[in-house]
Amino acid sequence: MGIIKVKDLIFEYIRRDEEGNVEGITTAVDNVSLDVSQGDFVAILGHNGSGKSTLAKHLNAILYPTEGTVWVDGKDTQKDEYIWDIRQTAGMVFQNPDNQIIGQIVEEDVGFGPENMGVPTKEIWERVDESLKAVGMYEFRHYSPNKLSGGQKQRVSIAGVIAMHPKCIILDEPTAMLDPKGRREVIRAVRALNDVERITVILITHYMEEVIYADKVFVMDQGKITLQGTPREVFSKVERLKALRLDVPQVTLLAHELRQEGFPMPEGVLTKEEFRVALDNCVNKLF
Amino acid sequence: MLRDITLGQYYQADSVIHRLDPRVKLGSTILFIISLFVFDGAAGYIVAAVFLTLVINLSKVPFRFMVKGMKAIVFLLMITVVFNLFLTPGEPLFTIWKLKITKEGLRLAVLLAVRLSFLIIGSSIMTLTTTPNQLTDGLEKMLHPLNRIKVPVHEIAMMMSIALRFIPILMEETDKIMKAQLARCADFDSGNIIKRAKGLVPLLVPLFISAFRRANDLAMAMEARCYRGGEHRTKMKPLHYARRDFIAYAVVACYLVIGVAAGRLEPVLLAFVGITGGVSV
Repeated sequence: MGIIKVKDLIFEYIRRDEEGNVEGITTAVDNVSLDVSQGDFVAILGHNGSGKSTLAKHLNAILYPTEGTVWVDGKDTQKDEYIWDIRQTAGMVFQNPDNQIIGQIVEEDVGFGPENMGVPTKEIWERVDESLKAVGMYEFRHYSPNKLSGGQKQRVSIAGVIAMHPKCIILDEPTAMLDPKGRREVIRAVRALNDVERITVILITHYMEEVIYADKVFVMDQGKITLQGTPREVFSKVERLKALRLDVPQVTLLAHELRQEGFPMPEGVLTKEEFRVALDNCVNKLF
Repeated sequence: MLRDITLGQYYQADSVIHRLDPRVKLGSTILFIISLFVFDGAAGYIVAAVFLTLVINLSKVPFRFMVKGMKAIVFLLMITVVFNLFLTPGEPLFTIWKLKITKEGLRLAVLLAVRLSFLIIGSSIMTLTTTPNQLTDGLEKMLHPLNRIKVPVHEIAMMMSIALRFIPILMEETDKIMKAQLARCADFDSGNIIKRAKGLVPLLVPLFISAFRRANDLAMAMEARCYRGGEHRTKMKPLHYARRDFIAYAVVACYLVIGVAAGRLEPVLLAFVGITGGVSV
């Protein structure tokens, strides 16, 4: 069993009218099963309302399944005695950087998690320093979070999670409110954590360029997982993704359209580099 | 811009007073304020003035920053002085039209003016040399014993520090909403009071909604980071008394003793001055 295992997860929101009578039930997550191994970089894709954030909140015991089970590091999230272990094992980074920074100074915010866990003072400082270095924010440790850019704030949030020494980090659309530069900074920091520290990463996003480095991609639609596989496998299905109202990286789309026009281009081209090689091959074949 | 406002009135400098434990500063300020009301007579206030000058010098904060705090209460000060001056019954010194100034009135007015200004300056020293964060920490630690009578000290301190963190964010948000509503022809500054108050509704409603949303998000983020109240919690920057803190307590104690002693000895001193004065004449 992997670090995170989800089996037949169903989650229902009960909609109520003003008097509190049940108006209807919305199934946000519908029969989802997945298994994530230690050290993986997993991306979950989907447009708004596809249930991806709801799924993420289950992995950290913020929401509990209506039906089915979620195990984090072998612990059932519905068992109260495990809740703090689970929240420490699976750290969570949210969308809005302003609403998740508690400290008034960068280093104090990073120390908040370890303080809550009851880590001794000396070790808190070691953890804070090492996590700020891991996301490249060490020089900013005495700054007020209000003076940082969005990308920097989000990196501080990530450092705050790493300081708790989690085995797994869940990032719930961490780049949705950032500019392209901030987005690159955050994704670079996340990839470094996965490569260097071997922390399992679950990245929830609707930006396609961010998932091409993932080991595995899950595409969600209406609460169900509709597509899964490596980025190459998933992005080979351009028409299917379009039907799900998801964008495809530009090079992938260009290669796909060339192929449609009869050029011998492969499907699932992910990077500019790959595209250049494929184009060279294609030109060599034709002329 | 709004985002650059400084909270409280912290003045960054490297001084002994800045480095003192916030508990020492809080406690000393309270003792100082009490001492101002206990002292009764010139000698005590001279001692207080000497003590204040000493602390101001040590703090390396320019004196004009202390006086800034006074501006806010100038009006209040004037009213108290005037009322005490004219309305205290006693031995009349001189009369202007129907108002008469008494000896007791003059004494009381001067006393109050000195008391109030020393009080403001004394507490300014504390807020000028302590960050809001340190103050919150100090309060939490000082009030810790109240936990026994079920006062949620940790929770209050946490609320204070979160409020401090969000004030600049909400200020910026207010600014944004204001601009957005102005762009939609909202009118915030014309008409009578009632009209203006009504004009604030389109500003306050979005602001409150957003504040609640932020609170909700923040609570979730805190829970996700294992926050479960003050129990089992360790401190990243725990407060420890250092040698200088004990020295500071000793200095404050000395000040109190000297002040009280000076008050007691005042008649004797006056008599002494009288005698020497008499001799010289």
